[in-house]
Amino acid sequence: MDEKTLAFLKDKAKTISRHIIEMTGAAGSGHPGGSLSAADIITYLYFKELKIDPNNPDWPERDRFVLSKGHAAPVLYAALAERGFFPVEDLVTLRKIDSYLQGHPDMKRVKGVEMTTGSLGTGFSTAVGMALAARMDKKDNFIFVLLGDGEIQEGQVWEAAMAAAHYKLDNMIAILDYNGLQIDGPVSEVLSPEPLPDKWRAFGWEVLEIDGHDFDAIEKAINKAKEVKGKPTMIIAKTIKGKGVSFMENEAGWHGSAPNKEQVEKALAELS
Amino acid sequence: MESMATRDAYGKALVELGRINKDVVVLDADLSKSTKTDGFQKEFPERFFNIGIAEQNLIGCAAGFATSGKIPFASSFAVFATGRAYDQIRNSVSYSHLNVKIAASHAGITVGEDGGSHQMLEDIALMRAVPGMTVIVPADGVETKKAIFAAAQYVGPVYIRLGRPKVPIIFDEDYIFAIGKAAVIKEGSDVALMATGIMVSEALKAAELLQNQGFSAAVVNISTIKPIDAETITKVAQKTKAVVTCEEHNIYGGLGSAVAEVLVENCPVPMERIGVKDVFGRSGKPQELMEKYGLTAKDIVDAACKAMARKTK
Repeated sequence: MDEKTLAFLKDKAKTISRHIIEMTGAAGSGHPGGSLSAADIITYLYFKELKIDPNNPDWPERDRFVLSKGHAAPVLYAALAERGFFPVEDLVTLRKIDSYLQGHPDMKRVKGVEMTTGSLGTGFSTAVGMALAARMDKKDNFIFVLLGDGEIQEGQVWEAAMAAAHYKLDNMIAILDYNGLQIDGPVSEVLSPEPLPDKWRAFGWEVLEIDGHDFDAIEKAINKAKEVKGKPTMIIAKTIKGKGVSFMENEAGWHGSAPNKEQVEKALAELS
Repeated sequence: MESMATRDAYGKALVELGRINKDVVVLDADLSKSTKTDGFQKEFPERFFNIGIAEQNLIGCAAGFATSGKIPFASSFAVFATGRAYDQIRNSVSYSHLNVKIAASHAGITVGEDGGSHQMLEDIALMRAVPGMTVIVPADGVETKKAIFAAAQYVGPVYIRLGRPKVPIIFDEDYIFAIGKAAVIKEGSDVALMATGIMVSEALKAAELLQNQGFSAAVVNISTIKPIDAETITKVAQKTKAVVTCEEHNIYGGLGSAVAEVLVENCPVPMERIGVKDVFGRSGKPQELMEKYGLTAKDIVDAACKAMARKTK
């Protein structure tokens, strides 16, 4: 990746992270930790990778992105707004009574949201359905889906994983936001999903492991995944929950609580 | 009388639908020989997807197909399709009003020998409670085919409840089915038997028995339980001033509840409910179970007499 692109992406990720803080701060609730951990991945997808058109959100040939870890809605909304799907000013209406920006992604209300999610595991299955449909229609688009590491404790995830491998869905690229924390604490203590790479390989997936905050690594992994034939790819992206905000990093407590005014200011200063 | 299982009619209708509508895709969860989707699989293998014994993923995949311009029919037994995948139906399908058709077979007590674990008696209640869901229970093979075609034309989520055993053919090909419309299939003035699914033919038998006793019973086929046809129900109740609902479902949350909601708001009249009385089923032959759980024409007659006796003079 050239330096100019890298600088652009880093800057954009920072802007998106700032939105996450401002949105959850204004809402007084929401999920900043797991939104920040995914900010670099989402930034890469929306500003370098996805074949999408904000002026034609229903373009049939578009790539699809499903946020299966729906509680990270703030990062998705921030990326969509920055990408021009709706006004950036609307972001701070998140979770408010008259806002179209629901606490979890709602495809009927928000332009650019490909699937309604929030109940964990469900988005992953819908992405399998999209990939099957795209294959049927001989489309050359890709179906991307982002999962949480706590989310994969849901049985439905493994039902969908089996189906994607069985149907050899090489048009499907999953990314695991492996930040290591869920609401009740470290994923390894609550209910360990390890050994993760082995599990996904055993389920028939190509597995790539990367640093989820390294844009070069994200790019290489996605490009590699697009070349994989005959099976879907899982990119296990090691990330830091609360990334970029010192007092939020690696703290499970910031999974589902919003920063207060003072914390918002401190976080924004760190993200400037 | 000619008879046919509604699941058989579904299988045949799917194939015909598949021939005229290339957007129709069918998903099943390892029960295609029982749900009768195997006919579609045979003719359109490229549009059939066996998802395996994984109902949550079955419904999730169907939702994904619906966002890609397809008309997915997802099938399994009613107990699994609505019970195991309730969250997926709620959050992935109906919350976004996606165009998914859930056609579930083996509903009700007449599953028979498989017993209580497989006899789904709460599916109408579950599906009726989901905002935006249309709930259809066809009475026979003819109506099933018409309902499947109507569901495919309608844009939005639909639950279609199908049965395992053969049931009498009530309607001829001229019968007009419309989503949301109840049909008065026999006029009457003393009591109205409002039935759904396989209980419609029992209600017709009951009407004959009542006739022999000198009572004139109307029979109403309520095949769309949601949205319920409040207008027809009210009109008939105003005339007969006594109502019996008949369903092969728990008496809570199904047709009886839906009709009671309409009547209490529009035309309160004495009403009795025929259905399984809040218990799980058990193994046995379908007919034996219908008798054991009080779902026969004779039970309907008794309930009708009770309702008529409660009329205010």
